[in-house]
Amino acid sequence: MVKSRREILKSGGGMTLMALLVAAGWLKPGSAAAQAWNKSAFDAKSMDEAMKAFGGGVPAQSKEIVFVSTPDIAENGAVVPISITSSLPKTESIAILIEKNPNMLAGSFDIPPGTEPAISTRVKMGQTSNVYALVKADGRYFVASKEIKVTLGGCGG
Amino acid sequence: MADPMKIRANVVGDSTEVKVLMSHEMETGQRKDAQGNAIPAWFIQTVAVAHDGKPVLSAQWGPAIAKNPFLAFKFKGGAKGDKIQVTWVDSRGEKRTDEALIA
Amino acid sequence: MRRHRHGPNRFVAIVLARAAFAVQAQGSAVDEIAKYRAALQDGNPAELWEARGAALWKEKRGPRSASLEQCDLGRGAGVVKGAYAELPRYFADADRVMDLETRIVWCVVTLQGYTEADAKKGPFGGPDRKSDMEAYVAFVTSESRGIRMNVAQSHPKEQEAYRLGEKMFYFRGGTHDFACATCHGEDAKRIRLQDLPNLTQKAGAQKAYTTWPAYRVSQGELRSFQWRLNDCFRQQRFPELIFASDASIALTMFLARNANGAAFDAPAIKR
Repeated sequence: MVKSRREILKSGGGMTLMALLVAAGWLKPGSAAAQAWNKSAFDAKSMDEAMKAFGGGVPAQSKEIVFVSTPDIAENGAVVPISITSSLPKTESIAILIEKNPNMLAGSFDIPPGTEPAISTRVKMGQTSNVYALVKADGRYFVASKEIKVTLGGCGG
Repeated sequence: MADPMKIRANVVGDSTEVKVLMSHEMETGQRKDAQGNAIPAWFIQTVAVAHDGKPVLSAQWGPAIAKNPFLAFKFKGGAKGDKIQVTWVDSRGEKRTDEALIA
Repeated sequence: MRRHRHGPNRFVAIVLARAAFAVQAQGSAVDEIAKYRAALQDGNPAELWEARGAALWKEKRGPRSASLEQCDLGRGAGVVKGAYAELPRYFADADRVMDLETRIVWCVVTLQGYTEADAKKGPFGGPDRKSDMEAYVAFVTSESRGIRMNVAQSHPKEQEAYRLGEKMFYFRGGTHDFACATCHGEDAKRIRLQDLPNLTQKAGAQKAYTTWPAYRVSQGELRSFQWRLNDCFRQQRFPELIFASDASIALTMFLARNANGAAFDAPAIKR
């Protein structure tokens, strides 16, 4: 069931042009090359820089973004499990930013309609830091944060 | 060529839960070799997941995603036997596509 | 008439409350780490090694262009299921006790025609090079998951290996005068935030042995029991424990047999 091209272009929203073209059937779906990697966002060293790269303003704090089953302490910063759920209506994307990492943005996930606005993944953290869940919903940006402590651990295990 | 991914897709109620394990170094570019030279960054940049050809998730990643990345999410619909296809493209332009059937 | 309204009892109550709070805070660090470990269980990269090992096992390789499918890991040629739960064991064809890795080296040499030196090369992988051995270990051990440890002690050489392993466990040496027992010989020992299992008690011995090999998050690799012992020696400031040496087999025999009765639960995932 392919939407009409006009319908899709009108809906616009937060979808990138490439994603629109995929949805319209003009590009092969599942082709990751269809999306241009947002270099300036991944170079951002602060929330301000990241928001500039995303083309958004200052995100509003939201309690509708929750870190689910995400531990407060990571035994090793190389693998930190993060799960984020957004109950904001019309959630389009979820991004993870780690304040004290060399570059803040760890990754962003585009949520098409029909996909639950919840993702689980694992990130690297260089040190104890605030972790931000940045959600784009209905064209606006929202954020929640959580401090995760990173410890190296001892010699065993 | 990179090692295959492990994809698990299961029906849960009226949704499908997808869990993916990818084999990739996700080199940050911060590490130094024995001579003190920085080891070049090399990491998955884009990920796309499709259900029977329809995109259900796409992602852009940086090197701060952990080595041998793990990804889990759910989408509405999907039935046993449907195809889930996962594609990644990394910073060297290498790509990998793997498929699995919903169980 | 109330004499002791704000007396010693209230003071004691406050001190106790503070102590309880401190204990709670400590407890919650332990809880959070338990939560971290639990969160890691879902999606273990060790599965990637298992898949690679399973494929390599069937691949025709070496001068003899043969696969490892006919390797006898102790339960008969070609039987992988349940083999790890019975290792180390005595093998008549080699006339010695072997652990899994030693036996894989044997099969790589006898079935595929590699030299022993080549078969023992690069046992521990890193970012620059993959280790076939770790892939084999992941595959073979995954085929023992859920099976109760059942290491025999029927052959005199098996008993001898156990006795030697036990001696090694308690042997103090190196620059720091450490023995394995220094860290693993008592309850409630800890290095920073790592609880150290007491390997002289059944429960500790079982829990520790049945969760190796493991994907070590801090290593980004699947690590075997040979690696674990090698790394302990390094941390004790001992000389290097040679890969697949008689000493490594003896120490493995001691620890594996002490885990008998417990269900094998690996490849696991650890920090």
